[in-house]
Amino acid sequence: MTQTSKKTQEIDPGTRQLPWFVRGLRDGIPICMGYFAVSFALGITARGIGMNALQAGLMSAGMVASAGEFAAINLIASHAGVFEMITTCIVVNMRYFLMSCSLSQKLSPSLPFYHRFLLPYCITDEIFGLSSAVKGYLEPKYTYGMTIVSVAGWTTGTVLGVLLGNIMPAWAVNALSVSLYGMFLAIIIPPARENRFILGLVVISMTASGLFSVLPVLKEISVGFKVIILTLAIAGAAAVIHPVEERKEA
Amino acid sequence: MNSNYIYFSLLVMCLTVYCIRMLPFLVFRKEITNTFVRSFLYYVPYVTLAVMTFPAIVTATDNVWSGLAALVVGLLAAWFKGDLFFVAVSCCATVFLTGLIF
Repeated sequence: MTQTSKKTQEIDPGTRQLPWFVRGLRDGIPICMGYFAVSFALGITARGIGMNALQAGLMSAGMVASAGEFAAINLIASHAGVFEMITTCIVVNMRYFLMSCSLSQKLSPSLPFYHRFLLPYCITDEIFGLSSAVKGYLEPKYTYGMTIVSVAGWTTGTVLGVLLGNIMPAWAVNALSVSLYGMFLAIIIPPARENRFILGLVVISMTASGLFSVLPVLKEISVGFKVIILTLAIAGAAAVIHPVEERKEA
Repeated sequence: MNSNYIYFSLLVMCLTVYCIRMLPFLVFRKEITNTFVRSFLYYVPYVTLAVMTFPAIVTATDNVWSGLAALVVGLLAAWFKGDLFFVAVSCCATVFLTGLIF
């Protein structure tokens, strides 16, 4: 991971000629599809507590967070105070903090400083996943391309959810709702195939996550917290057992 | 619902979420040299995405079997093909097709 060995590299030989921004727009399409289904449901929830399309649209464009926005809607519905809003937001969205820490290490030292104010807006589970899957340094244009397409889908879905309510057929919502998970698999499985340790990590993570959702007491923990606890524990243990060697990764 | 309260709440929460995402980019301006921290951050995406995928994919649809089918098809597609769009569409198509059966 030195400067010389960590140049921005291609990820997919099939798209070698495409500029990073265009590649971002392309990879944003499946994210956009998945977001549309989720945010449509979000819009229906927002409408339920009396938010209008403009408010819900602003919320989605400004926050770009699924669990975070569901929490935000509940906070508004319960007329929460500022302190409760801020603390709940921090807890529900804490995983983005970890993701930003991780992605900050993929930026070239020569990258202009303003990107450190633009990139944070783009940190969602999916865009983070794809941005970290790039080999070597991250070219921010790739992240911005994905963000434009996916936030468009996210915001449109929320607004339409408020305006159209329940008219989207269940089969369409069902089919679209697994799109995001399919993408996650496409990010973590190919490296796991090449690297036994990462394969083990993925299996352990999924098993632990499955146990957390069925075991008594543990299953009461919210999804946001579960992600934080398991990430700290498993990635922490992995870093002790199998430290990443210098200069080897790129 | 008071609309001033809603706009004010949205502003507070959007800023909070933005700061959570922005602070690490300001704090970690240089590459971290500590091997443990670097290794930890390197493993974060794999653990996080694995934890978020399973078991959520199974319960994402209104039918557990189509969710399970999507998981199996997604794993196979990712293992043998790997292309992001292809894997995502395979999962969606699986849910659509199993929805016709169950």
